[in-house]
Amino acid sequence: MFYRRAGILHTRYQDERQLWPFAFDRGLVATVLAILLVAPFAFDRIYLVTYLLPWIIWSSAALGLNLLMGGAGQVHLGYGAVMGIGAYASVHLLRAGIPLELALLAGGLASAAIGSLFGAAALRVKGLYLAMATLAMQYIVDFIISHFSIISGGSQATLQVPPVRFLGVSLASDAAAYYFALLICVGIVLFMLNVRRTSFGRALAAVREKDYAAAVIGVDSFRFKLVAFFVSSFVGGMVGCVMAVSYYRAVSPDQFHLDLSIQLVAMVIVGGLGSVLGSFFGAALILFAPIVLNHAVAFGADTFGVGISADLRAHLPLMLYGAMIVGFLLWEPLGLAKIYNNARNYFMVWPLRHNR
Amino acid sequence: MEFALILELSVNGIFIGLMYALVAAGLVLIYKTSGIANLAQGALAMMGAYVVWAISAQLGAPMWLAIPLGLIVMFGAGLLTERLALRRMIGQPVIMVIMLTIGIEIMLRGVLPGIFGAAVKKLDVGIPNDPLFIGDILINRATMIGGLISLALVALSIAFFNSRLGLMMRAVSDDQMASWSVGIRVDRAVAIAWGLSATMATTAGILWGSTQGVDWSLSLLLIKALAIAILGGLDSIPGVLLAGVLIGLAESLATGLLDPLVGGGTRDVVASVIILLTLLLRPHGLFGREHIERV
Repeated sequence: MFYRRAGILHTRYQDERQLWPFAFDRGLVATVLAILLVAPFAFDRIYLVTYLLPWIIWSSAALGLNLLMGGAGQVHLGYGAVMGIGAYASVHLLRAGIPLELALLAGGLASAAIGSLFGAAALRVKGLYLAMATLAMQYIVDFIISHFSIISGGSQATLQVPPVRFLGVSLASDAAAYYFALLICVGIVLFMLNVRRTSFGRALAAVREKDYAAAVIGVDSFRFKLVAFFVSSFVGGMVGCVMAVSYYRAVSPDQFHLDLSIQLVAMVIVGGLGSVLGSFFGAALILFAPIVLNHAVAFGADTFGVGISADLRAHLPLMLYGAMIVGFLLWEPLGLAKIYNNARNYFMVWPLRHNR
Repeated sequence: MEFALILELSVNGIFIGLMYALVAAGLVLIYKTSGIANLAQGALAMMGAYVVWAISAQLGAPMWLAIPLGLIVMFGAGLLTERLALRRMIGQPVIMVIMLTIGIEIMLRGVLPGIFGAAVKKLDVGIPNDPLFIGDILINRATMIGGLISLALVALSIAFFNSRLGLMMRAVSDDQMASWSVGIRVDRAVAIAWGLSATMATTAGILWGSTQGVDWSLSLLLIKALAIAILGGLDSIPGVLLAGVLIGLAESLATGLLDPLVGGGTRDVVASVIILLTLLLRPHGLFGREHIERV
């Protein structure tokens, strides 16, 4: 129906190789992008700052983690720590007077360097041991950040981000901060969409499927895993910087605890391993489902008088994350992206029943 | 540094390490039979403590009844987890199974404090809390008794592996396909391992709950248990005992000697450092079988 395939005849190779070969997909992407671009003028400030901005930032982070988990098949339970390294590195540079453009890259590089250092240690083992090594990394980085006052400014301290400019535009207003986050997000999306079409992306896919099979056909699996760690940590560090500069506008150690790592892992799994679109779906569900549920509970308490205790309400998000991870893994391991794809495939040939 | 202080830290550290070892033994049990690291082990310990607390405080049962009832309930919970969740994941990549156990961990950490309230619960199982003096050194009586109980339980589980059922489980851990072909019901062995591991977690939860109170922080036992299991070798129960003692010692000494220098908090990072060092230097641990594939 919508996604009409009939009548689309590619006559040149570059037509077939484009990112979105169907006209409807291109239209959809353009519409979403247009809505995101006019959002600061169309929506209330409160929606922009509390919903749209965190969605954009968390989706970018989920994309970075997805490169590692979905692309290369490596578990990472310490991605929050990676983002923390980037955020702290860049904020310290900003406070020292370095411009944001450089601090952003430097934050990414710092994350990438430390992240792949841990990666090199962790990648000597795999699977389950890798999960534990990255978990250990999360705790160690947490400890170092909060206990070395030269980094955190004391264990309870918050470092303010000074007023910054990006490409000559001050990021003091909410709209400017939003456009900054959106720009980085679009950059990451374009990178993620294209990386799977390069030899690097194909090598990662080979490593993900079976690392010694990849080694047999000449893909150095250790090297590519390490590069995947490097790239993914670089993205994580940049997003950490964006998070500090345009969302929190300050950094403190508790922003990058295990909770953030778990949240991101949940986003990747719920959204769909290896899917760009899925990262956005997953981030939206994980960020907003607790809020919606909370509103529903409040509504239920007001209208039907079925109140629940404050403790239960405070723990609803955790229950929901856990239940969603378990539920998706059991019933739809490829996540929301797969559900979307099923619907898309159905509508592709709509009056008929089968695609292909 | 005076000798008596170090001795005191070491003795108490050893008992605490033995109490950690009980959680780790449950991890090893599941790993041995099914090759899965159960990252929900800490949450199971927390759940066990909550269940025992609920039976004794909410339903008013005396403690001698509440503990066996709690153990039975948790055995059932372990069986159910395996049957409803883990069994459906057979044949999936290991990353999926790990994520599933993490999902269970997060869910339990939300559900139990959510239902029973987040405030710290007092779980009194009759272990006296007053300290014990031997010469100059002060020993925490609660951790000593806890440590001795878990030592006994871990020793019991070593003996269990020599029983008929234990032999069956060892066969399953050795080679699932071969066990199947000689008539061992692999699925049942794995289910029993989950049940037993949940009861072990419960005893650990009760012991820890009686010393520090019952709340969500019991699930943090996971990281210590992981460190112990990895250091001991993931498939070795005797390794758990030695590694437990080592980690208890390291933690206690770090807390006593390093904390004044760096301003506290070393207790939580010792386990992580040990995990990382073990994986770097000797990935199969002290006693584990060398079958980890290096890349």
